[in-house]
Amino acid sequence: MYIEVKDVSVNYDNNFQALNHVSLSIEKGEFICLLGPSGCGKTTLLNSIAGFEKVTEGEITIDGKKVTKPVIDNITIFQNYGLLPWRTVQKNIEFGLEIKKIPKEQRKDIAKKYIDMVGLSKFINSRPHQLSGGMQQRVAIARALAINPDIIFMDEPLGALDAITRMKLQDDILKLSKSEKKTIIFVTHDIEEAVFLADRIVIMTPNPGKIKSIVNMTIPHTRDRTSENFLYARDKIFEIFNMKSEHKPAPEYFI
Amino acid sequence: MQKIKKLWHIVVSFGVLIIIWQLVATFGGFNSVLFPTPIKVATAFQELFTSGLKGSTSDATLISHLVASLYRFAIGYFSSVIVAVFLGLIFGWFNKVYAYIDPIVQLLRPIAPIAWSPFVVLWFGIGDIPAIAIIFIAGFFPVLLSTITAVRNIDPIYLKVARNFGLSQFATLTKIVFPAIFPQIASSLHLALSTSWIFLVSGEMVGSQSGLGFLIMDTKNCIRSDALLATMITIGVVGLLLDRLIGLVENLVAKKWGFGVTKYINKD
Repeated sequence: MYIEVKDVSVNYDNNFQALNHVSLSIEKGEFICLLGPSGCGKTTLLNSIAGFEKVTEGEITIDGKKVTKPVIDNITIFQNYGLLPWRTVQKNIEFGLEIKKIPKEQRKDIAKKYIDMVGLSKFINSRPHQLSGGMQQRVAIARALAINPDIIFMDEPLGALDAITRMKLQDDILKLSKSEKKTIIFVTHDIEEAVFLADRIVIMTPNPGKIKSIVNMTIPHTRDRTSENFLYARDKIFEIFNMKSEHKPAPEYFI
Repeated sequence: MQKIKKLWHIVVSFGVLIIIWQLVATFGGFNSVLFPTPIKVATAFQELFTSGLKGSTSDATLISHLVASLYRFAIGYFSSVIVAVFLGLIFGWFNKVYAYIDPIVQLLRPIAPIAWSPFVVLWFGIGDIPAIAIIFIAGFFPVLLSTITAVRNIDPIYLKVARNFGLSQFATLTKIVFPAIFPQIASSLHLALSTSWIFLVSGEMVGSQSGLGFLIMDTKNCIRSDALLATMITIGVVGLLLDRLIGLVENLVAKKWGFGVTKYINKD
């Protein structure tokens, strides 16, 4: 397997166990959603795979190599975007390319390609504060894609956006993830978001943080948020969280 | 419109001030040597501009005193803030170093810059250096401490981005930390500028043979209250202009960094 999380626990200094013996395997090109309420350790798990967090027990490997620190090949996208406000949109997207020492002309071309891809060509010379939240997150996505990473980690990237903008960006993220063939690990507490995006949903529960179950989503992309299959799948997740009691008749397929 | 209104406020406030001043001078029965009239001060201005203070040991005009002051000010202020920002970045970044430096800084900070002047004069003699050294000390601590605080309180997301993109410590400091905290640095530069200008005069009063601070002492020794007042007004006006100038720079920074700006080009 491409990413292997082997029996990982993360304890904090105050004896709080953020992750309790978590194991997970992820294939290349998969879109994984880590879904669960606050305190379930989904962000800790993401940070551990991304190398921001040291694991107390167990081991995480990516492509056979042990994870010890964040690397530029795996980019994390944050809820509050992490753009550099003193740089223009273009310079933000070129940031990673500068660090990779790619020549100036080439940087410009690459930046332009990804600005076009996220539909912000008109704003190439704007600064982040002149853009709305959704546009800023598009810039962050373009910045990540520009350096052609293997894995993109997304830590509740749409959490600060309004519902309609969020759905638009879900569509875009899904499209980009398929066309660019990236492995994506996406943290969310929004059940519909996970059902819409994921190839597999990793459902986590708190106290201590662990994986409750992993749901394979077989509804083909792009999913219709109002279809019966979609709603049924969503209900099933509600059930796993014990948030639903009555049973609905199963449609022909969903999982 | 707003500007005309503002100009009107300025004209009225100074107009009224000068009228009251003249009335007090005319009807107050004060000795005119101790309490000069506006006209006498205006004449003193003319004297200072053209021939310099009469009866003084120095024949420098007001302009050449001003140039001497601005020269010291520029050297003292810029060297001070450059060193302070540099050390602030280092101390703020390396917490372990700062733990040892902090007690010393806290001890030195409450000492008024002017208290260093006897030492400075003893070590470097009379001339440009005492004033420069005092301006240096005056500007140093506000900039150092705000830079340190800003580095320590930097939004952690910047550091996460830096780690993710594999930046070295040096690159993190220059490419991320410095620009990220520049707005805070800019406002401390503003504060330091005002403080430094105030201490320039004290510095020149004790250790110089030229400059606006020296001129203050010179007019005192010549018992020329009119020229004294003219010098004081000059100090005030130049200080105000410097303050406005850096205010403009600060606004430019704020605009570029987008602080306090909520203008959206277009919502999604």
